[in-house]
Order: sequence, then C-alpha cells, then structure tokens
Amino acid sequence: MALPPPDPQFVLRGTNAAIHTLHFSCGGQEPDVPILFSGSENGFVHVWNLKTHRVDAALDGHGRRSVYCVDTMGSKDRLLSQGRDQRICLWDLAEGRTSVTDSVFTENVGFCRCSLLKVAQGRWLMAMAAKALEEVQVLELPSKMSVCTLKPEVGAKLGMPMCLKLWQLSCGSQPLLLAGYEDGSVVLWNLSMRKALSQLVCHPEPVMSLDFDSEKAKGISGSSEKVLSIWSLNEQQNLQVYKTQKLVNAGISDIAIRPDKKILATAGWDHRIRIFGWKKMKPLAVLDFHTATVHCVSFSDHKNPGERLLAAGSKDHRISIWSIYTQT
Amino acid sequence: SCFIPGGLDCSISFVSHVLGKVCIHGRQKELLSVLVPCLTDLTKSDCIWQRICWQLVEGVPDRWMEAVVLGFVQRAPGADVLSRLLGNLVVKNKKAQFVVTQKMLLLQYCHTTAVLQNLLGYLSLDSLRRALLIKVLQELLETWGSSSAVKHSPPEQQLYISKAILICLSHLKEPETESCRQELLTSMMEGVKCHLDSSLPQIRRLGMIVAESISLKINTDGPVLKFQYEEDDETRELKSLLVQTPPCCVVPGLPDDDRNEKADAAPPVVLESNQKSQPAAAVMPDEESDAELDSDDDLIPYDMSEDKELKTKAPVYIRECIEVLTSSEDVDKWEATVKALESLVRKNPAATREVSVELAKILLHLEEKTCVEGFVELRQRAQVAVLTTDPVPVAKYLTSQFYSLNYSLRQRMDILDVLVLAAQELSYPKSHGKTKHSGAQKPCIQLLPESDSSKDWRRIVDERIKSKTRRFATGQSQVELVSGPNKFSSVAGHFFFPLIQHFDRPLTTFDLLGEDHFVLGRLVHTLAVLMYLAVNTVAVTTMGKALLEFVWALRFHTDSYVRQGLLSCISSVLLGVPTERLLEDMTEEILEAQSWLG
Repeated sequence: MALPPPDPQFVLRGTNAAIHTLHFSCGGQEPDVPILFSGSENGFVHVWNLKTHRVDAALDGHGRRSVYCVDTMGSKDRLLSQGRDQRICLWDLAEGRTSVTDSVFTENVGFCRCSLLKVAQGRWLMAMAAKALEEVQVLELPSKMSVCTLKPEVGAKLGMPMCLKLWQLSCGSQPLLLAGYEDGSVVLWNLSMRKALSQLVCHPEPVMSLDFDSEKAKGISGSSEKVLSIWSLNEQQNLQVYKTQKLVNAGISDIAIRPDKKILATAGWDHRIRIFGWKKMKPLAVLDFHTATVHCVSFSDHKNPGERLLAAGSKDHRISIWSIYTQT
Repeated sequence: SCFIPGGLDCSISFVSHVLGKVCIHGRQKELLSVLVPCLTDLTKSDCIWQRICWQLVEGVPDRWMEAVVLGFVQRAPGADVLSRLLGNLVVKNKKAQFVVTQKMLLLQYCHTTAVLQNLLGYLSLDSLRRALLIKVLQELLETWGSSSAVKHSPPEQQLYISKAILICLSHLKEPETESCRQELLTSMMEGVKCHLDSSLPQIRRLGMIVAESISLKINTDGPVLKFQYEEDDETRELKSLLVQTPPCCVVPGLPDDDRNEKADAAPPVVLESNQKSQPAAAVMPDEESDAELDSDDDLIPYDMSEDKELKTKAPVYIRECIEVLTSSEDVDKWEATVKALESLVRKNPAATREVSVELAKILLHLEEKTCVEGFVELRQRAQVAVLTTDPVPVAKYLTSQFYSLNYSLRQRMDILDVLVLAAQELSYPKSHGKTKHSGAQKPCIQLLPESDSSKDWRRIVDERIKSKTRRFATGQSQVELVSGPNKFSSVAGHFFFPLIQHFDRPLTTFDLLGEDHFVLGRLVHTLAVLMYLAVNTVAVTTMGKALLEFVWALRFHTDSYVRQGLLSCISSVLLGVPTERLLEDMTEEILEAQSWLG
C-alpha cells in the first residue's frame, strides 16, 4: 500500500508576485544561514532565510521588470540575476550590503535563462542568448569579455535559444554547451571551436527546459507537450534519443536533476511537481500543492544529505519547500 | 440445323418449340432447373454443345421468346455462363433484345442484384454486344436523370435503376468511357439535381452515390465528387457493385484474362503485409525483459492515484453560462458550459425564467466552436429545457424567428424540432418517482383554488358512506397514477397559431410555398404533432379548425412528403378534437376533407 505523497515542509509566502526562478545557497558552514534566492515577476529578488522562513532582503535591480534567472557565483554573497529589462546584474551581498556591482546589457528580449560555469578560481563562463535571434553568446565573468558567439549555420532555422546548460566533464576539460531551441532541437556546442558537434530533434514544440548529468552523459528535456525526452551522449559526442517518458498532463516549465543524480523533479503547467528516479525514469511521486502553473524547481546544495530540500515556485505567489527522498 | 460428331445432321427446332411452349405456360422453373445446369456443364469446354445451345434458343418462336430469355437470365449462375448459353441472341433476335435491354431494366424492377449482374455482365462479354451495353447505360441514365421519374416512380424502382447504372459503370472500359464522357457528365449533372431536390432521404442518397460513382469513372485523375452521407448496408452494397469480382470458374476468353490477373495480384500483397507484422511483434518482448533484469533502486514510489488529467470546471450559474457562451475565449470552459447547460437550466427554473429569451436566442445561434461530441443533441436539449421552463415568451420568440429573414433551413427546422419536443414534454404528466418540485405539481389543490372546505365535505361524505355500507370484499387497491395538470394546455395556442400564420407570405430568403417545400413538409408534420398533443386542452377546437383550413389550402401540393404531412394533420384533428366538437363546430371542414380524401 503506497503512502500518500508528503506535504510541503513549509511554504514561503510574501512575494505577492509569480515566482520565476529559485536558487539555494546552503552549502556554507555554521553560523551561515541557509538561503534561498527567488526572482519574481515584480522585479524583486527575495533573499529567504530558511531558518526563520522570512525574507531577509528584497533586491530591486531590474526596474520592476520580471526576474527570470538567479544564480550564485561561488558563495551566497555573489549573486547574479537576469531580468526582462535586458540586464544581467551582479550583486555584492556581503555584510548586509545590497548593491549591484556590475551589469551586462544583453540586448535580448527573450526568456532564455543564462547558464554559469566555474572554469577556474575566480573565473566563470556565462552563456546567454544574444541580441541576434538564433545566437548564443558566451562571456567570461567578472571581466565581461566575450569568449565566443555561437551562430547556427545559415538555414538551420532553430529559432531562438530557449534554455542553456554549460558543462564540462571534469574541472579543466573542455567546456561544452547544450542549448535547447525553439524548433524543439537540442544542440551540443564546442566553445573553443565555436562549432555545433551534434544536433538532435527532441520535441515538435519548443524545448522549455533541459538538464544534463555529465557523469552518465545523459540529459532530459521537456516541452509544451505531454512527453519528456531523455537523450544521451555517446563517445563520438553525438546526441541520441534514449527514451521518452509520457506525462499525464501537457506542459513542463522546468526540470532539475538533484546533485547526487538520484532523482529529478519537473515543474508542470498542470500545477503539479513530479519526481522521477533518474536511473530508469521511474515515477516516484506527484506533489500536488500549487493552484497555478509551477514555474521553477530547484534542489538545495546542503552538505548533509538528510537536510536536502526541494523548492518549487509557482504563479500562485507561493514557494513550496519539500523534504523528499532524503534518506538515500 | 447443326452438326454433331459423326457427321450427322439434325434439326433441333422441335426442341426449341417445346422449350418455348413449356416456358410460356409457366413451367419455366421445373424445366430450366434441370436444363440449365445440364447445359452449363455440357457447354463448359465443348464448342459444339455451345452451338447447339445457341441454335436451341434462337429457334424459339418470337411469341415465346420472352419467357425463355427471362428464364435463362434468372437461372444462369453467372454472366459468363449466360454468355455461353445464349450467345449473341440479343443481337440476332429483336424480341430478345427488347426483353433484355428494355423490359428487364426499365419496365420491371423485381429482379435481384444477381440477375442484374448476370444480364449486364452478359452484355459486356462480347464485342458485338458491348454496343448494346452502352445504349443501355445511356437509357438508364436518361431515366435516372428525368425529374418526373424521380418524383413519381417508387423508391424500389429507383434503387433498381441505380444498381443497374453502377453495374454498367463497372463494366465500362477506358476507350468507351472516353467516348461518352460528355454525355455521362451532362446526365450526371441533371440527375443529381433532381435527386437532391427530393424530400426522401433515400432518394437523395441514391443520387449522391450514383453521381459519385460516375464522377469517379470519368475523372480518373483529378478531383472527384464527394458527398457526405451516412454509410449503412445499402450504401455499402451499392458501392460494392462498382467493383467487379473475378468469375468463380476459369473461362477461356480475352475479357476474363484481365480479371484473372487482378485476382492473382491481390493475394501476394496480402501475404507480404502479414509477414511484415510478424518481425515487429517479435522485437518488443526482448526490450521489455532487458529492463526487468536491472537492479531496482531503493526509492519507493508514493501513491500517485490522484494524478489525473486536469478538467475545467463548468459554471454553476445561468448568467455565467450566458457570459461564457457569448464572449469567452476559453474553449475548455465553453465546452464544459455546453455540456452542463441543460441540467443547470432544469435545476434553476426561476433564474432561467429571468433570462429565457436571451438564452433561447444564444442557443439558436450557437455554432460549434470545438469538436464536442453530440453537440447538436446537447444544444437541442438545452433549447427544449429553456422552452419548457418558460414556454410563453420563448415560444413567441422562436415562432417569430421561424418566419424571419436570414436563418438557414437547418435553423428553421431546429426550431420546429424543439417546439415538438417541448410540447411532448409539457403534455405528459410527470411520472411518480421523479423528484418532486415543491408546490407546483400538486394536483387538485392547484386546480381548485378554493379553501380546504371543499375537500372536507368530500371526506365527510366518504366517511359517512363507508360507515353505512357493508363491504363484502374490497378489491385489490390499485395505486392511482399521479396525475398532473397538462402544462401544455395553456401554451398550446402559443406554439401552434404563430406557426400557421405566415406560411403563405414569402420572404426574400425563405419561401415555404416555393423552393423550400422540404421545410413546408416538416412544418406540416410539426403542426400535426402539436395538434395531437393538444388533445383534451381548451384550445383544441380552434386549433383543429385552423388546421383543417390550412390543410384545405395546401391539399394539391406537388411534394408527396407534404401531402403525407397533410394526411397526418387530418388524423391528428380527428384524434384530438372531441367528437361532439367535430360534428358541431367543424362540419363544413370535415365534409370538405371527406370529399377530398375519398
């Protein structure tokens, strides 16, 4: 007899706007407080204290335009946020400050979340959608130097990039970029050669979100239809479809694989969060709490496995925090 | 005379005479049931016997030829057999030609499809006879296309002629089709028009099928005519006539070779497809067994039985329904509203009465936005519900719209259907067992508005009688059926009279007495039903009188569907109006009707 799905551990309210992006920063040592960053449609980035469950700070850096991506660079004091005002802001949050130290003007009016990758101590690569329709630009941070611009070949008709993921097999090896496009295909780019290594048509509709497991060389992507597509990368760096997973209701906004690569979570347009086992895509749970479409899911980076959390932000102005499958 | 082996000469004219005489006396069955199989076997491969057979039938005198030919055509097991037995009789003998090409096809229609196949196949099998086949097809098409034939001949005959046409088409070869393409096209266009004009659905369908088949034949490449109609056994049978099946036995001769080759080609294709499906089925089980062998994770799934597809909620208020139906962009909500509307209307009669006319207007104009199953029925039931909840204003609205400009025929007929269904519902008492509506349904109390004293005296009298009579036995007590007042009585007039009012006033888009006689037919039938349902109501006499006058005005209408309706009107009047009223108030009309019917 299967147990009914668990309730959220707690629910964060108070943003008064739809939440589009979440990011945990819980890896710090005591007395550091575990933090959750959330970006909302009203342009604020809220810094949630996960001990008191209250907002510690509300950062207003995007002119009240929706914030759709937040990420940290190394520690919780260095925050990056991306908004619909065509800007990516770098924040300094140490010692209670809330100031924007730098910003990048992307000239891109889309919704594509940028992707960060640490390549060396103090050096980051950031991939983002560029001004031209089909292009992806990679910058080095904090110097803001352009590393390369990835242009698909003429006539490829990929449409705009929808989601990006920078990764490297191990520290120091070649950085590669996986990009999901509007025509439903996922392309693997080699940054140094500025060339597309492989392209795979995963969905008939735009790719809404993707995530990649570099250890197993397997990735997953979701779209506006009822199917999740799981694909793998073989030795020749070619993408091939591994399997597909059918869903009950159509529409996926976000996918996240837990850092220990055991489970993954999907945020659905049907207001539900679905948990699958990553090894064989075994459906594990359906978390039905939100009353509007769930925009984002994120796993925490707690050092202690028992404290790991899953957060989901939705259009109904709530962030639900779940503690699920923490024993493995 | 003919030759037989051994060089002997003989004449079989005597046998022909006997054959003819026996057939004309009506003994075809006994004689031919023996003769035909015999001859079939003998002529199978023996040319001499074939010639003997031909001599036999050619020798039959003209006055008996018809009976013999008829018998042979009916008895022969196939067109090829008939060809062997009769040879070119139809070409050589005028009487036989008349029987085969005219009498059996155009003047009679009692023969089965198999007989038709025999006959027309026989005509197609020899080059000398093919000219007759073309001639036959032309004459059949002429009959098929003549509007008077379509109007006045019985449906069975029309079916027969259609079958004959289809079989002829199936026998036509390319060069022949080319040469008479123009004629086929012209006759098809004329014929289609007459058929589609008819009020009987069967005739329309026949017209559609034949036209489609002709179009298919003459336009082998390029767009063909395609009608929409319901498929059933008859249409499938008709369509199957277009395809020639190969003969059961192998017969030497050129035309048959084509058919045999086609028959050979068909089986290998079937085998191939069977083989392909086999390997595909074999691959699947392997993949699944692989998956089972992997060690399972130690992650235990939670209960996911609540995970179902999302459903949009239907509105719960009538005014909300109106809003959704008129202005909502959300198609899911629109669909849910359409499905829930009828029950909402019935559950909230008071709320419906406030907006009844508006709702009726919306429903009348409601178009199918998404692919809802049973949309037409849902809309109709909602309309009936609205009409029964608030009969007078809605009936007024619907009957006035019936005669207004710019409605399609379909919408006008929908109005008639809704009126009839609502009238039926209103006139039948609510059966016991249904939910009681508070107050409105109690019989007796509603009809007698006076106080309880009237009931009291009855009760007192009953008791007194009961106490004073000795009962020997009480019969089985019967449950009295709950009776309710006939709700239709107060509104019957509102349904009936507006419909009858303007039938002779033509509008620019709607002319009941002219082109739209189909709607007139439906109107007449509707009036008959309304009349019948108005039995025992107060207005029934006036209705009856008006209806008889209406019938009198239309009694010579050309469309048979309309005349059928008029007859049913008269029957309704006779059934509905009580006899005394009939004789007193409507003597004139009754006498007139009597004289017309008689």
